[in-house]
Amino acid sequence: MHRTLPLLALAALLGGCVTLPEPWVKPYERERLSDPIMQFSRHGSIDRHREHIHTVREGARGATGVQGGGCGCN
Amino acid sequence: MPRLQRLRVHLRERWRALLSTALAGTAAPCMNPAQAATLPDDRAEATYHLYDGGGVQASGPALLVRKSLGDRVALSAQYYVDAVSNASIDVVTYASPFKEKRIATDFGADWLVGNTTLSLAYNRSEEPDYIAEGVGLDVATEVYGGMTTVSLGFTRARDLVGQKLTQGWIDRALHWQYRAGITQILSPRWLVSLNAEAVADEGFLGSPYRAARVFGAAVPERNPRTRSSRAVKLRSINDTSALVPRSSFRAEYRYYWDNWDVKAHTTEFGVAKHLGTRFMVEGLVRHYSQSKALFYSDDAQAETVFVSRNRQLSTFSTTAVGAKLTATWPGATPGTELRVTGSLERKQFRFRDFTDLRSNRPYAYDANVVQVVVSGSF
Repeated sequence: MHRTLPLLALAALLGGCVTLPEPWVKPYERERLSDPIMQFSRHGSIDRHREHIHTVREGARGATGVQGGGCGCN
Repeated sequence: MPRLQRLRVHLRERWRALLSTALAGTAAPCMNPAQAATLPDDRAEATYHLYDGGGVQASGPALLVRKSLGDRVALSAQYYVDAVSNASIDVVTYASPFKEKRIATDFGADWLVGNTTLSLAYNRSEEPDYIAEGVGLDVATEVYGGMTTVSLGFTRARDLVGQKLTQGWIDRALHWQYRAGITQILSPRWLVSLNAEAVADEGFLGSPYRAARVFGAAVPERNPRTRSSRAVKLRSINDTSALVPRSSFRAEYRYYWDNWDVKAHTTEFGVAKHLGTRFMVEGLVRHYSQSKALFYSDDAQAETVFVSRNRQLSTFSTTAVGAKLTATWPGATPGTELRVTGSLERKQFRFRDFTDLRSNRPYAYDANVVQVVVSGSF
């Protein structure tokens, strides 16, 4: 049963049984969202440098939203 | 056709349709969901960066150039230098301070197809005794009337590990990174995003120079040759202009866990505010804490297959506060600008089970991170 329920939920979603509401924020209402203060990452170079510092000195990594790659973490 | 089989065929078709939609157009990592999918600006950037703390100083320049080729393709290249002067606690305890240089080069290409951006990246980082290379592909696409941005990404990386005074490479490591993200507009003033990443490593995952301690004696560390980790990050950013004119508030939380039994929590809060037409000021607070790896020991009291005294795998926390100021001057032609950003961050590292053998007390140090970026869009 514990395997069947998620499958049924997925089937219901993909089968169109759940109707998503119309997009409620129209393009003309997104002016504030395009302001630089509303961006998660405003300075790519600064964020990547910070990320490198954290990867080298902390045990955790990933899920930063920044495209990753190998680094000289030795 | 039996009912179950019909459902299976239907699900398979829906899955194929979803997959082909995703592959036909996925996302650039920095896509702004508030705007239709666009390529990043043509830009040239010069950066000076400095990390100074715990006996390590790493500084140098970085140069970035990004240029569009028509409306659909943009190319970028970055050159980054880390001049490292290392007298860290590991080095002063078991070796001699040294200086070395790390040079990183990145190349990227973005390709815009409808509402989808495909990004291909290659990076290489080179030190005298370590070379890391990686290739990544990211796809981001806007769906649901542009209110949702979905992204998928993959990076394959390879490291070659060397050791001073030993000719050639002593070992290597391979890395696979799989990431997915979704950014959602919730209201005209509120954005949230959820990112997840799984990383698998195989090969030499330690340092040939670092020593572990067993019964008080220094021995070479012994790490497992595989590691598998997961991380999930939730972010939210709100326009708070109703409270403070032209300002925003950002909150982030990440949970990390891996099969070495390291578990970590990262929390970050940030504020940003325009000052007049030219300046933007930002502030941030960050807290990081983690539990130790299964085989980490400050001074092992038993012989085990794996043993490490890598403080990155110990129980510790980091607290940071930072500030950033950006000034922007419009260029002579519309759409061009000159931007200067200065950033300063103060970090405190506090280790709970890593002893400073010079004082016999838990190790702690503070660090400063400075970045200055001069950037021009053309």
